[in-house]
Amino acid sequence: MLEVRKLSVRHGYLQALTDVSLTVAPGETLAIIGANGAGKSTLLRSIIGLHQPSAGSIRFDGRVITALPPHARVHAGIVLVPEGRRLFPSLSVEENLLVGRSSRRPGSWSLRAVYDLFDWMGDRRQEPTVHLSGGEQQAVAIGRALMANPQVLLLDELSLGLAPTMVRRIYGVLPELVQKGMAVLLVEQDVAQALRIADRFQCLLEGSTTLEGRPADATTATIEAAYFGLAGRTGPGSAA
Amino acid sequence: MNWINAIVQGILLGGLYALFACGLSLLFGVVRVVNLAHGDFAVLAAYLALVVITTTHVPALLTFVIVAPLFALFGYGAQRLIIQKSLDVSPLTTLLVTFGLSVVIQNLLLVVASADSHSFDLGSLISASLRVTPELSIGYVPLMIFVTAIVVLSGLQLFLSRTAMGRAIRASADDQEAASIAGVNTRHVFGIAAAIAFATVALAGLALGSSSSFDPSAGPARLVFAFEAVIIGGVGSLWGTLVGGIILGVAQAVGAQIDPSGGVLAGHLVFLAVLALRPQGLIRARLAI
Amino acid sequence: MTRGKSRDPDELDVAVRVTRSRRSALWGLIGAAVVVILLATLPYVVYADMTDLLVNAFILLVLASMWNLLAGYCGLISVGQQAYIGVGAYTVLVLAQNGVNPYLGIPFAIVVAAAIAVPVSFLVFRLRAEYFAIGTWVVAEVFFLVLIRFRSLGGGTGTGLPGLALIDPVFREALTYWSALAVAAAALLATYLLLSSRMGLDLTAIRDNEVAARSAGVRVTWAKRVVYVVSAAGCGAGGALLIISQLNVLASAVFSVGWSAKMIFIALIGGVGSIEGPIVGTAIFTFIQQTLAQSGAWYLILLGSLAVVIAMFLPKGIWGFISSRLNLQVFPVGYWLHQK
Repeated sequence: MLEVRKLSVRHGYLQALTDVSLTVAPGETLAIIGANGAGKSTLLRSIIGLHQPSAGSIRFDGRVITALPPHARVHAGIVLVPEGRRLFPSLSVEENLLVGRSSRRPGSWSLRAVYDLFDWMGDRRQEPTVHLSGGEQQAVAIGRALMANPQVLLLDELSLGLAPTMVRRIYGVLPELVQKGMAVLLVEQDVAQALRIADRFQCLLEGSTTLEGRPADATTATIEAAYFGLAGRTGPGSAA
Repeated sequence: MNWINAIVQGILLGGLYALFACGLSLLFGVVRVVNLAHGDFAVLAAYLALVVITTTHVPALLTFVIVAPLFALFGYGAQRLIIQKSLDVSPLTTLLVTFGLSVVIQNLLLVVASADSHSFDLGSLISASLRVTPELSIGYVPLMIFVTAIVVLSGLQLFLSRTAMGRAIRASADDQEAASIAGVNTRHVFGIAAAIAFATVALAGLALGSSSSFDPSAGPARLVFAFEAVIIGGVGSLWGTLVGGIILGVAQAVGAQIDPSGGVLAGHLVFLAVLALRPQGLIRARLAI
Repeated sequence: MTRGKSRDPDELDVAVRVTRSRRSALWGLIGAAVVVILLATLPYVVYADMTDLLVNAFILLVLASMWNLLAGYCGLISVGQQAYIGVGAYTVLVLAQNGVNPYLGIPFAIVVAAAIAVPVSFLVFRLRAEYFAIGTWVVAEVFFLVLIRFRSLGGGTGTGLPGLALIDPVFREALTYWSALAVAAAALLATYLLLSSRMGLDLTAIRDNEVAARSAGVRVTWAKRVVYVVSAAGCGAGGALLIISQLNVLASAVFSVGWSAKMIFIALIGGVGSIEGPIVGTAIFTFIQQTLAQSGAWYLILLGSLAVVIAMFLPKGIWGFISSRLNLQVFPVGYWLHQK
């Protein structure tokens, strides 16, 4: 459904991504892992349209969307939960959720559905988001994204700044979403968490793919090698 | 004239200043642009109203029905075509571009309309007033302008807090990038915000024409008063523009009581005092706008 | 510098040599000195019209260079430098009214303008960049409104400059011309020295990325304050030259925002962020002014439209455009990297 072909992205003089490709099918969860600065966030931000690639293309449902602005991609069905939550400080919880509905995509997600998913949220919906804890804010950010009725949900570093139990709770919500046919593309620094939840994974190093496959098939050694760029690593995209 | 009268006149003048200030504040709060041609656009609106009055014989007080929507449309276009492009070059380019526009507008008006000053012919309404006490009378026109300011500010507040577009505007003002990935077409939203700002500028210009005389060079002074009202009231607060406007108006009126030529200077000094002692203004903004 | 790889891990094996200036820049400096000498001989060679024109051009050059320092290196767009033009002019006036030779008043004008700029800077720096512009305008308006209250200084209707009546007019004009030339040369020299000093490095860093500069330890506010004061001093000198060349002062003219308009136009046309930019800009602007000033309003409409177009489409100005294409720099600020 979502297809990224040989994407290259630069930040000024810095080559952030080089020839990165991936596909995500409906109902599938793909995890992107890699060290800091590997290009994981840049990849997600490019998919949603915040960065323009210097080469390569992005296709969604067969349609080339590389030139579309972010809001148009949301309208098509790709939604990003950005790194650091990025909630709107002047808006209450409910108002934040309502902004997520801006693209007016049809679907089953509504305020009621989001409040059912996160049972504490309904009682606190009038509060300013700055009053919430990190985990609660993360939930609101996910809720905001869900309000757009996404077909593909992009998650950028959900675990950042959250306690491990909170991280597990947040990720615990995912299987329910995926059941309904949503595809999930997630970026995660916590490798163990990522591999626990993903159907497939892809490892990035300095902007290139160093390893991809199924969590069950990969050993700790191969993942470590791909993650840190050690000699003798296997998998496509390995450089000398 | 006595002190009570002066203070009341000052308060009513604050309404006019609030009308000028809210557009400046809105445009800066949302789009992060200070429009140095703000006052000149208001003067342009006043001239446009004159044209409407002389060609269609619409009563002066109703010209806003034509002029405000026209300005809103123009504001939307200006934002998407000129202002956005300037912002893409650098945030401070807009200062230079709007400064250039200010010079162009003033001199175009000079060429087209000459340097003579004009005002709207409101007939007997100009001098009509409400006699509250033997010493205190309130002019109908200043009162109407004050009421208009309250209506406009309330309307803006309601629009921003209750409507989907208002939410989108506040979200885009908070974090443009996050708004765009939430599905908001931020370029369009900025256009709407500019349209609203320009509509208020038109109303301010019409209020100016109704309450005093104007000429092509009247713009910059209005910009300065609008700016002072914003700073005194507190950047980022919509109702702060009314508070700031009233304080400025009262300062000017009281100053003029002390020395007939010292009104404007008194206002400036109060502004500088606020800047020195409480630079965040009187009302602390909770919202971005 | 040894060639070949060094065993010492701390020694950079870099194939690059860093120098302060390039050969062409040295010729540029020599050329500039020659130009100044040639210009100094002009009063003996041309009529008063020409030297008058040049005096005005020199004044504009000083003002534009000062504005450029503020805007191009600190990102501070001021629409109120005319405050210090007025301060400079009135300082000379007050001194002349008390018996001091106006030409000797020029250094005083510089000092007074700088002194006033210091407390003002504390006020206007409280405003964020976008509102700073109007804030400086208000300050200029306040100076104007306060000064016109003094009848002894001419109030709102202006007054003449005493102390020069006994000098032969031709000689006076030459003296004025040389003063203007000296001030302009000094202003450019001061700018060059400032920018090639340690502070200049800080300023260039601020120009490129203020946040990065601050986190690298640059004292940003201090640097901005220095530039603001220097800029005010320069404008004070400009104001002093103005009253000397016009022999009278009119408050509304000397405190007019039109001066800021001229500074902005010149800076936009010539290019902001370089020393050469204001020179190119002044030349072009003076030419436009000479040919079109009679057209009154249309001339200003043209200038305003030009400003809008250049700001949006040619943000580095004409010199900026040329210098980036040809990799040219006349005044050797900055560093050059040569491949070994």
